[in-house]
Amino acid sequence: MKLHVDWTACDGRGLCTELLPELLARDPWGYPVARDGTAEPAVAPHLRAHARRAVAQCPLLALRLVAR
Amino acid sequence: MTTSTTVPVRRPRPAPAGTGRLLGAGAPDLRTHLARHGAVPAAGPRLIAEIERSGLTGRGGAAFPAYRKLAAVAAGRRAVVIGNAAEGEPASAKDRTLLTHAPHLVLDGLALAAAAVGARRAYLYLPAALVGPLRAALAERRAARVDPVPVDLVEAPDTFVAGEESAVIARIEGRPALPRDKRVRPTESGAFGAPTLVQNVETLAHLALIARHGADWFRRVGTAAQPGTFLATVSGAVARPGVYEAAYGTPVAGVLDLAGGADQALRAVLVGGYHGAWLAGGQLGAGMDRDALRPLGASPGAGVLVALPWSACGLVETSAILDYLAGQSAGQCGPCLHGLPRLAAEFGLLARRDRHVERLAQRITALAPFLQGRGACHHPDGTVRLAGSALAAFADDVSAHLAGHCVAVGRPVAGRAVVAGWSR
Amino acid sequence: MASALWYAGRGTGLVALVMFTVVVLLGITTRSGRTLPGLPRFAVAALHRNVSLAAVAFLALHMLTLLGDPYAQLRLVDLVVPFQGAYRPLWLGLGTLAADLVLALVVTSLLRRRLGQRAWRAVHWLAYAAWPVALWHALGTGTDSGTAWLRAVAAGCVLAVVAAVIWRAGAGFAETGPARRRTGAVPVRRAEVRVLAATGDPRVPALRSEQHR
Repeated sequence: MKLHVDWTACDGRGLCTELLPELLARDPWGYPVARDGTAEPAVAPHLRAHARRAVAQCPLLALRLVAR
Repeated sequence: MTTSTTVPVRRPRPAPAGTGRLLGAGAPDLRTHLARHGAVPAAGPRLIAEIERSGLTGRGGAAFPAYRKLAAVAAGRRAVVIGNAAEGEPASAKDRTLLTHAPHLVLDGLALAAAAVGARRAYLYLPAALVGPLRAALAERRAARVDPVPVDLVEAPDTFVAGEESAVIARIEGRPALPRDKRVRPTESGAFGAPTLVQNVETLAHLALIARHGADWFRRVGTAAQPGTFLATVSGAVARPGVYEAAYGTPVAGVLDLAGGADQALRAVLVGGYHGAWLAGGQLGAGMDRDALRPLGASPGAGVLVALPWSACGLVETSAILDYLAGQSAGQCGPCLHGLPRLAAEFGLLARRDRHVERLAQRITALAPFLQGRGACHHPDGTVRLAGSALAAFADDVSAHLAGHCVAVGRPVAGRAVVAGWSR
Repeated sequence: MASALWYAGRGTGLVALVMFTVVVLLGITTRSGRTLPGLPRFAVAALHRNVSLAAVAFLALHMLTLLGDPYAQLRLVDLVVPFQGAYRPLWLGLGTLAADLVLALVVTSLLRRRLGQRAWRAVHWLAYAAWPVALWHALGTGTDSGTAWLRAVAAGCVLAVVAAVIWRAGAGFAETGPARRRTGAVPVRRAEVRVLAATGDPRVPALRSEQHR
């Protein structure tokens, strides 16, 4: 399961970086950066609930969980 | 001129020999085209197997196997095919050259692809200047009833990202030509929700020849992994800048020789376009194909070669390209919109030999993780690649710039790139 | 009993007004992407959501108690269709209108994922209409209109919202604003560049085809 960011929608509000600090940091302009350096960070099973919450709380609906 | 009857096929025309396949037998009008190449063969899904045997790869830059896209789209219903001639790359002129000199080869390929995938609609996405001539070519074909599927012309804006696959589909749908977030592959659901095939026009032209002359003929030149010929746009310090056709695997220096060779000693050659990489002067024996260039950090891309003379500064020229690329951001994705101007600004300090900025080279490379993989398209990735390639290829110049001078001789005060080249 | 309902109606109405004022302030803060002392951004957003639902609860109580109050002469239809009331139709109608807008805001927010961002956003801008209509209703209707304390509460609410809106419209509003402005990213889409070559003269690409050995 991976976290996909719709970059055309993301405005770097930063809620996801608070709800998933294990996976995401913030770049100098506020946008989320995957800590593992990939385009779509893998979501470990113990983080799935947090990831779902981040997806639900994104104010721009820019996040999606994809099965890859 | 119009005829209302199709040109009868008397016998198959001989296959083009050598590497003058696309451009050698070019004919702008339908009658000459059919006389030279013969009628468009009847085609259906079996053409896809022949394309697979031929090993045809996309000529738009990504070199994706053409048969895979065709097969994926053919698996769907009510498909759409789009010929992409947007060519947003300023250093490339091959697509408009091809459409000017051999439009019917491209249109044959479009019709054949449409028949192979069972498409109902076909589009040609092209620059404004070519809409008129292509409208005339389509009128000829309509009169001769050559095309089973009508072709619509859609004008492409003159921007760098307008030729990106999802931007093409957006424009066909009537929206602005901006890349979109990728949810589903276009081959499954693209324009208007239909399975969509987006192919570079040069790929379609090769397809039209393979349909006539077969996969074995196609594989006679080129390499095993990348068979066939490609169109190279050669510019910069060469005697005769222009669009040339060569076989994959031809050494870079050999392709430059097609354009009359370098007219002075070369410092480097930009391979693959503005999202490509620099090859140093000593690496020009490498073949123009993916496998030969990969160890050098480069790839053929859409066949762009720009020769940098010894007298020019690679960092200054790269800085000008980065400024352009930053300005060509679609502006949709934060990392690209903000990161590219930052990258261009830092690189600009390096190009201008600003000694007062600490750890400048490290600051430039530190920006890479903020740009790679973060965006709806690969514009930031390609730009980072160019910057990194310049730092590697011009490493001695980087040291010189950081010390306040430049290895290029006879340059005026750095900060302004000497620009010349294409008139568009 | 009737006067209990009458008092409850006035009380819940006032509480709802103050709570919706807080909701507006929290909404603007949420939009700024900033934290509040002790509250990370997701908590600010959650607070905005939860206070708005609590405010809706008070609004519902306000409408139901007045429905039961014979003096207000409310019919069920007046809770939904504005300006049809028997008693003070204009002021009541404003309240109904504000309640309708709040209903739209809440329903679209609860269904945001289904509706999509654009539709949700278009409706959410109506918050800037709902709040002044509710305030106007509060000032004009009811027994307490014209009293000093109601005016004082209303003035406080207005000051807070006006200050927040001025902040919202200003340059330093978003937390990430200054960093983003510093990049100077003004997309110049039509920038033209020709590249390279010290040869110095622009040449038009010529058509050639050569055999390569």
